[in-house]
Amino acid sequence: MRIPPKITQAIAVTLLGACTALTLAVLVYIIVSVLDQGLPVVNWDFLFTKPRDMGRAGGILPTLVGTVLLPLLALLIALPLGVGTAIYLTEYTRESKATRFIRFGADCLAGVPSIIFGLFGFIFFVVMLGMGWSLLAGGLTLAIMILPTLIRTSEEAIRAVPNAYREVSFSLGATRWETVLKVVLPNALPGIVTGIMLSIGRCIGETAAVIFTAGSSLHMPLSAMDSVRTMSVHFYILAREGISQENAYGTAAVLIISVLTVNLTAYWMMNRFIAQRNK
Amino acid sequence: MTTPINTTAKFQILNLAVYHHQVPSLRNLTFNIPDRAILGIIGPSGSGKTTFLRTLNRMNDLLPDCHAEGQVLLDNRDIYHPDFDPVKLRKRVGMVFALPLPLPMSIFENVVYGLRLSGIRNRGQLDETVESSLKSAFLWDEVKDRLHTSALRLSGGQQQRLCLARTLAMNPEVILLDEPCSGLDPISTAKIEEALTILKQRYCIVLVTNNTKQAARVADLTSFFLMGDMIEMGPTDHIFTVPKDQRTSDYVTGRFG
Amino acid sequence: MKFNSEKIVHYTLLVMAFSAIASLALIAVFMLKEGLPFILKYGLGKFLLGSTWEPQSGLYGIFPMIVASIWVTLGAMLIGAPLGVAGAVFLNEFAPRPAMRIIKPTIELLAGIPSVVFGFLGVMVLAPFIRVHAGGPGLCLLAAAIILGIMVLPTIISISSDAIGAVPNSYREGALALGATRWQSTYMVVLKAARSGIIASIILAMGRAVGETMAVIMVAGNAVKIPHSALDSVRTLTANIALEMGYATGMHRHALFATGVVLFVIIMILNSIASAAMRRKIGKS
Repeated sequence: MRIPPKITQAIAVTLLGACTALTLAVLVYIIVSVLDQGLPVVNWDFLFTKPRDMGRAGGILPTLVGTVLLPLLALLIALPLGVGTAIYLTEYTRESKATRFIRFGADCLAGVPSIIFGLFGFIFFVVMLGMGWSLLAGGLTLAIMILPTLIRTSEEAIRAVPNAYREVSFSLGATRWETVLKVVLPNALPGIVTGIMLSIGRCIGETAAVIFTAGSSLHMPLSAMDSVRTMSVHFYILAREGISQENAYGTAAVLIISVLTVNLTAYWMMNRFIAQRNK
Repeated sequence: MTTPINTTAKFQILNLAVYHHQVPSLRNLTFNIPDRAILGIIGPSGSGKTTFLRTLNRMNDLLPDCHAEGQVLLDNRDIYHPDFDPVKLRKRVGMVFALPLPLPMSIFENVVYGLRLSGIRNRGQLDETVESSLKSAFLWDEVKDRLHTSALRLSGGQQQRLCLARTLAMNPEVILLDEPCSGLDPISTAKIEEALTILKQRYCIVLVTNNTKQAARVADLTSFFLMGDMIEMGPTDHIFTVPKDQRTSDYVTGRFG
Repeated sequence: MKFNSEKIVHYTLLVMAFSAIASLALIAVFMLKEGLPFILKYGLGKFLLGSTWEPQSGLYGIFPMIVASIWVTLGAMLIGAPLGVAGAVFLNEFAPRPAMRIIKPTIELLAGIPSVVFGFLGVMVLAPFIRVHAGGPGLCLLAAAIILGIMVLPTIISISSDAIGAVPNSYREGALALGATRWQSTYMVVLKAARSGIIASIILAMGRAVGETMAVIMVAGNAVKIPHSALDSVRTLTANIALEMGYATGMHRHALFATGVVLFVIIMILNSIASAAMRRKIGKS
């Protein structure tokens, strides 16, 4: 018996819709259940006091500080390199074997899993260069991790600047660097900032690379050579060691809210950028 | 209407040839461009008029597969000599493009863009230059109350006059214009032509135009380009009434376009 | 003089541009430096095919971990690929535009949820569920596969959706004009055209699944044995590295680096296949 195509379509669309709904439901459920159990735990005290008894009680202040400082350090290193690479690829060379090689390197780097970054960061920064488990080692490792994202988003943003602006700038007696600095970069800024936000989001959620390079000290970091514990590491330890389910949920809630806020901001900026460009 | 031609040559073109991807776009040009006059360049599309214009301020250097042979002497110095700085050249030879291209900044910032590059920071000096440039471009009265609003909000004709003012602010010696009035309304066109007629008393002006009537109105000398060669050059009224070459005659009478 | 400062800028940027390649090279060099001597000394065959991992006895066979990684990844794909592609097809072809404009970015946003959170919920919710309804310890291969499958959904949906969206409308219209229903045009024409992009997304997701560490550690059980059923506790390559790195020394540590090298190679292969598939897609359209 041949099923009429309209019925096949109805079945197919229903199934597809169900799959989509299921996906959405699962993902939303994750967020909702974490927030539901975690938000009650989060209060001023939780956020701004130090943990006591290995995290069984008290707050998560040092981890908050660590979670802010680590991406900051990573960006400090990776942003100039990423934007510089993007500028070089678009403004100072034409497509060639060298540029393809550079892009290949960035793409490969993007595919390296975080545990390998952790391994590398450990053996190279922590051990060989003698930094020990530290903010610096973690920052350098994360910098390498976010570099491909920054290169890709910066390049896209720079390429989107209309060529006409460059021509005008040159015709008024600007050098290539002056044109980049005064015309290209200011116009590419929203796209670059989007890349920065995405990178921050990635750093906040990163655990494997961080735990092997920045360590897991619960003390407030006073220098770049101090070990820090980020929120994701703290959450992992609380959960695995079964230290405090309550505080684990609380940390997870803060973690999720931070990541979602950063990514949402990035998304919103990207939309504004595209809308402005098409005006 | 033509004025007596000043025979001081601002540019001397000697055996200039330009190649795009190994294909010649301009073949063996040799002639002079006088100072304090308007040279109009006419000819059908694809004749190399814009390419020629861009050799005068070395904008062709920005195209990857373009190279020039021969000499272009500005005040007796070859601008293609390795020691000649193209960046400095472009401060002396300004350009207005075919499409109005304001930078995405305020009107004020557009005009002073080049000045800031040269390190001029004195606010008084900047204000003065902005006023005089916009006046010379016949735009001052229309924008004097909104200098710090975005240049993108101006109409096409106003934007193009802004581009002219921007070029004038650099106090160049030469002004190159590449079909500046294409797409502009007749009133804006008239204003720009009026500005050029006054400006030629102080500058060497080279005007590429697709509109032969415009050349007839405004240019002192006219040259006719066809397929990479300069066919003929002479006082405008001669070119339009008694051209020496048949092809020139055909073009100006509209037999081909 | 302007000439010279321009040259300085040019060369500085050139040096910066090689930072990505340099980092990649550094990583490769150090991984090999720490891992390769071990592989050569211990023997690649013994390493890859040995079933016993007992560092204290000097036995470093990672076969159970390789099997675990393969099964976990395959399981994740069995769950994630159909759901993901179905979602992408639905969003692009059948959902009303305003719905798609909200749902797709929402799903992409959810890709930012840290893996440890996925793992945690796996422990708190999924594992007990499996234990109650299917038996076994709950923390097992099945749990890991399900969690990973969910984690790769945003990747598959996002990239497949882009691939499907890139199919020119004329293809769809051509099919519809011949009397096909929307579903028939989708399944006979659009999916075929978007095939390379969809496959690329799946392979890319596989690469991510193989490399995932934290979530897997939390829900897979981490026993070093070859799994005989989906309810067995397993330890993947990544989990092996992460669990023992903290206290490993000497040859043990080198063995972990060697595991990392194996992982690196697997992922590079997967990513190259995915890139090739994506490039074919761009070349064709």
